[in-house]
Amino acid sequence: MTILSAFDIGLVVLILGIGASTIAAREAFTAVIGFVVYGLLLSIAWVRLSAVDVALTEAAIGGGMTGMLILGAVARLRLAKGTDTRASLPVRFAAGGLCALVAAGLAIAILSPPEAIPTLAPMVMENLAQSGLGNPVAGVLFVYRALDTLLEKVVLILALLGVWSLAPDSVWGGIPGLRVYAQPSSTLTFLAQLLPPVGIVVAIYMCWVGAKEPGGAFQGGTVLAAMWLLVMIAGLKNVPSISQPWLRLLLVVGPVIFLAIGLAGMVLANAFLDYPSGYAKPLIIAVEVALTLSIGVALGLLAAGPPERVQQQ
Amino acid sequence: MPDANVLPDATTTDGALLVLAIVLPAAGVLLSFVLGGRYAERIASVLLPSGFILATIIFGDVWQSGHRLVYIVGDWKPPLGIALRADGLSAAMMVAMAIVICAVAIFAHADFGMRAGSVEARAPFAFWILLMAIWGAMNMVFLGGDLFTLYVAIELLTFAAVPLVCLDGRAETLQAALRYLLFALLGSILYLVGTALLYGSYATLDIVLLSRRVHAEPATLVAATLTTIGLFAKTALFPLHLWLPPAHAGAPAAASAVLSAVVVKGSFFIIVRLWFDVMPGLLGPVGAQLFGALGAAAIVFGSVVALRQQRLKLLIAYSTVAQIGYLFLMFPLALDTASAQLQGSGALTGGMLQAISHATAKAAMFMAAGLIYVVLGHDRIAELGGIARAIPMTIFAFALGGVSLIGLPPSGGFLAKWLLLEAAVATGQWWWAIVMLAGGLFTSGYMFIVLSSAVAPSGEPLKLRVAVPRYQEAAALTLALTSLLLGLVALGPIDILQVGRADSMMVGPR
Repeated sequence: MTILSAFDIGLVVLILGIGASTIAAREAFTAVIGFVVYGLLLSIAWVRLSAVDVALTEAAIGGGMTGMLILGAVARLRLAKGTDTRASLPVRFAAGGLCALVAAGLAIAILSPPEAIPTLAPMVMENLAQSGLGNPVAGVLFVYRALDTLLEKVVLILALLGVWSLAPDSVWGGIPGLRVYAQPSSTLTFLAQLLPPVGIVVAIYMCWVGAKEPGGAFQGGTVLAAMWLLVMIAGLKNVPSISQPWLRLLLVVGPVIFLAIGLAGMVLANAFLDYPSGYAKPLIIAVEVALTLSIGVALGLLAAGPPERVQQQ
Repeated sequence: MPDANVLPDATTTDGALLVLAIVLPAAGVLLSFVLGGRYAERIASVLLPSGFILATIIFGDVWQSGHRLVYIVGDWKPPLGIALRADGLSAAMMVAMAIVICAVAIFAHADFGMRAGSVEARAPFAFWILLMAIWGAMNMVFLGGDLFTLYVAIELLTFAAVPLVCLDGRAETLQAALRYLLFALLGSILYLVGTALLYGSYATLDIVLLSRRVHAEPATLVAATLTTIGLFAKTALFPLHLWLPPAHAGAPAAASAVLSAVVVKGSFFIIVRLWFDVMPGLLGPVGAQLFGALGAAAIVFGSVVALRQQRLKLLIAYSTVAQIGYLFLMFPLALDTASAQLQGSGALTGGMLQAISHATAKAAMFMAAGLIYVVLGHDRIAELGGIARAIPMTIFAFALGGVSLIGLPPSGGFLAKWLLLEAAVATGQWWWAIVMLAGGLFTSGYMFIVLSSAVAPSGEPLKLRVAVPRYQEAAALTLALTSLLLGLVALGPIDILQVGRADSMMVGPR
């Protein structure tokens, strides 16, 4: 047994253990921490499977952003002091049964693979050169299946609209109820001053490198969102009200530019979302930059929650 | 037998219309979001009618040519790229949903209209954007030729539909919306897992390519089961219907209409695509009977519970649970016993017609219920006395919708049930005929309860809280009349449903 396979076995045991303890946790807070750790471990597993793009996304979205969203929900639950929210026994049994069935189904599927596992990977690589991209994942996202990517960004905006629509009518257009811990000379303030320049550079790098290496708009956008949230939570920058025109513009700039370039392809190239030959790479990078901004703002605002108070004059 | 690796199709003339059908709503959503609530309704009032015109042009094209329209997105053919395809089913559903959505938009002007010069308000801003998003998502469901594109489409649909449920912000509607979200997300994840398994087995998600490669093996069967259960949850097929009644009954009237009439048809359409187009040979007699049994259980359960409701909107919501059941009766009836394949026969036509006729009728009924609520300030069925004199046009629309649900001629419901009954007789499956007839009886029962209460004289003079705008009544009545006259499609365009079906390529221009 090599060191690597020992590492893999250890990783699998750890993932299963953390998964089980997350389910068994009685406190919501403990479960969330378990969930975040689980996400980080999974991203290591993805690295071991040589799926670095997936690993980055899992760490950023699965562990980081989702963890942050659920933590926010737990904090709100504590404030609300609702009635006993523990699910009843039949519900828990039903959930367990369903999970077991899905797991059994997946086991059947995975344990009886077809003789030759077919894949599109060679075809993806063969045609990638035309676009000037080096990262096959970016190729799938922005060349072959650009339509899906474009519309997923619209889904993100709808999700944000869904969160906003939970606000009371009286504070519509107001400021999201992000909890701010403004204490000058605290560690948080120090970090909020120290990290953002580094984070912004990392985000730009991830977005830029996404065309060639693992990375891209979603990962870059998440880092950007994290930096923005850090600054806002530390009270160094105010949370903007959701009616600000610049905010709305930033939210849609990515999909709008994507859509415009796609439509231009009907005239300047052969089809919708086709790029004129020779211009594919610069156009895709332009789209990625715009998307990074939009995704960053959208994720930051998703974490900030629905508007809770109107702007002070 | 065509070679499994030959790329199936190329962009046809007018294929660009399909792109437009997805781009227009997306552009509307983005534009409204950035320009703000004051413009959202204006943008929708331009785009939604254009969407209707676009759908009729596509319908005309498909009908005239007898072939499907295809567009290869990004000039990358499947399996690498994505194809959009409009066959007869897509074209017919697109037109029907465009009609319902336009009528809902007219109806919604009263509740979500923009006051000139006022600042952006929450509910109108959200409503118009979500309505356009639903329109775009439905078009994508109808046109998407790739299982992952369809996943994005139902995600779009879910995130557009859930906020509509709790648009008025009451605590119980929040709870209903959250329950809906949980069911819908569970459905999404099951569908996604199934899609991943299919990709792992066949290295394509394109519907046409997949249909040539797919065969019964463990991974495929698991994938088919997972995706189907996921879509059942989103379609609210019994016993996964638990989220539907509170969500559809609690939403504002315009939202209820679009949720009950349009949104559940999206996931249903994907089930049809999956089983009729991707793997028609995989369901088999047992699976088909199981689908039918769930449908029958939905009809009986939904109808019986509807009969016992005190509140009008809940009654209509449970009626939706029952009517969804009819949609699944077509699976055992469309199964060709000799080849064990699902075939695009009369049963499929009947099922799709049922979907369209339910959409128009149910939207009209929810609108009527909304107007009754506005006038009376409540929707208790027992206290509806005198309402038929106060707003006769609305009650008439409600009754006409009921006529179609029951299946009286010449309504679309009549033709749909006729085709299904015919298939039941032809295939010797009399038990589904009994279920259908019993369902009709139940439906007449709850329609009778509501209407007899509505036409009864009121004990004391009815206090009308507000006058109902005429155009709202007209919108409901138009949809009800559409549903009533839908049976007349038997004289002509009904054949379009067969265009592009592999087993009936002979259908030519009429």
